Amino acid sequence: MHTSSIVIIFATILVALILGLLAQRRKQMNLEQWSVGGRGFGILLVFLLMAGEIYTTFTFLGASGWAYGTGGPTVYILAYGAVAYLFSYFLLPPIWRYAKEHKLISQSDFFNQMFDSKWLGILVAVVGVVAIVPYLQSQMTGLGLIVATASYGAINQATAIAIAMLVLAFYVTISGIHGTAWTAVLKDIMILLVVVVVGIALPAHVGGLHAMFTKINAEKPGFLTLGAHGMGIPWFMSTVALTGLGFYMWPHAFGAVYSAKNERVFRRNAIFLPLYQLILLFVFFAGFAAILIVPGLKNSNLALLAAVQKVFPAWVAGIIGGAGVLTAIVPGSLMLMCAGTLIAENIYRPLAGHVSDQKVQTVARVFVWIVAAVTFIFSIHSNAAIVTLLLMGYNFVSQFFPTVVLSLFARNAVSKAGAFSGILVGVALVVYFTLTKQSLLWGVNTGFWALLVNFVVVLAVSAVARDVETEQSVTA
Amino acid sequence: MSIRWLTLVPLIGIFVGVIFANRVTPIVLGMPFLFFYVVLWVVLTSVCMAVVYKFDPTNQEGGEPPCTRHPS
Repeated sequence: MHTSSIVIIFATILVALILGLLAQRRKQMNLEQWSVGGRGFGILLVFLLMAGEIYTTFTFLGASGWAYGTGGPTVYILAYGAVAYLFSYFLLPPIWRYAKEHKLISQSDFFNQMFDSKWLGILVAVVGVVAIVPYLQSQMTGLGLIVATASYGAINQATAIAIAMLVLAFYVTISGIHGTAWTAVLKDIMILLVVVVVGIALPAHVGGLHAMFTKINAEKPGFLTLGAHGMGIPWFMSTVALTGLGFYMWPHAFGAVYSAKNERVFRRNAIFLPLYQLILLFVFFAGFAAILIVPGLKNSNLALLAAVQKVFPAWVAGIIGGAGVLTAIVPGSLMLMCAGTLIAENIYRPLAGHVSDQKVQTVARVFVWIVAAVTFIFSIHSNAAIVTLLLMGYNFVSQFFPTVVLSLFARNAVSKAGAFSGILVGVALVVYFTLTKQSLLWGVNTGFWALLVNFVVVLAVSAVARDVETEQSVTA
Repeated sequence: MSIRWLTLVPLIGIFVGVIFANRVTPIVLGMPFLFFYVVLWVVLTSVCMAVVYKFDPTNQEGGEPPCTRHPS
């Protein structure tokens, strides 16, 4: 009897929707109030929120699936967080200062203000939305897989993904931005418990970590190091660099930087956040254990869920799936919301000229559903690994990095024309590599090549086409 | 010389050191050596950032640092 599993999954979805609904009705219960609650609480909340955004389906099903299917290269996921936080020590305070000084709200505003260009802001918003789609697809695929697996095949994958899409879009529609905070807290606690339990129990089931890795290494020599599937050391270096630099270039992550109380929060977070990344080890262990528990799965995204179903009773599998549902809904809804807002505020509003806030809000709500539908179409036709989808998104957003870093630290080295050309060329290359399905070129992540070319183009074009009035460097 | 240069240490550890750490054995703390090595550098990144935070003059000032200061 497997009904308990599917009942728990749908109960979790219901709880998330109810929390979203409650948050909508009591708008005052917002983050602002929380962060003034106590001196130490501000840091804790920022910590939880940032961590909450980072720990997603990608980490839960994606990382375990990659450990299962790809092996050694999975280790990049541990490394890039540390690199991203290290950079954040230097990168985020000037972004925060600039945003505060100019009262910015979105990532687009940053570019718009820095280069006094409406069109650059629009371009950045468009690229942001494009990057969000594969990210959203990874969350939707994950949510769909959980529902399909929990039903033990009773619900097929396309229907499950359709349910996932409806849940996400409906959640965003009823809860708005405020729903995420409460659900995020619930999710963080649940996923932490689940991941620790699964990460200890599954390897124990196959004889403990040491025996497990020894056995995998004997069965598949070379699987546990870099080099499998062409993903060698150059791939590791370029991917860690690309994702480490791109980490805060996501529209939502960039915008979240503005909301910190002061810039010191970032520097202090840079100490603790790398350690939080170690929680991922449990997911890796679970994924590796799945190699021995459920060998030969066609869809590696299923590794963790399939192993869990084989080892645990149905109701435990249900709870684990429930945690998985939350890890998809929280970031998924945030990204969906972000896409809707980007389109309404940073594409529609500047193009439409003078429109009421009411109108912009309506556009945002409509586009939430359109983006959800588009993502759904991509999801049902794709069996891509969740990690591959996320890397695709990273290839896009990291193209903002050259312009951002130059505009903050060497304002005179980058002009409006340079910023435009760099982003356009970088994104065009990423589109080309994506369409031709090339993730590697000479052993290096193709997104990294795009980033390098982007850097060169920004510098070269800026040197030739200077801005008419050279603005004062913000940091000088 | 600024204490901020210390952040180069984990970067070198991760980006360059991995060349010498790409191996399965010895298995340390139950993990293939490559995984152990990266875990080690994640922890050391945190340690280095703590030291940088402690000695970086920017974090010593009483209030919020002035916006005019060069960040690097």
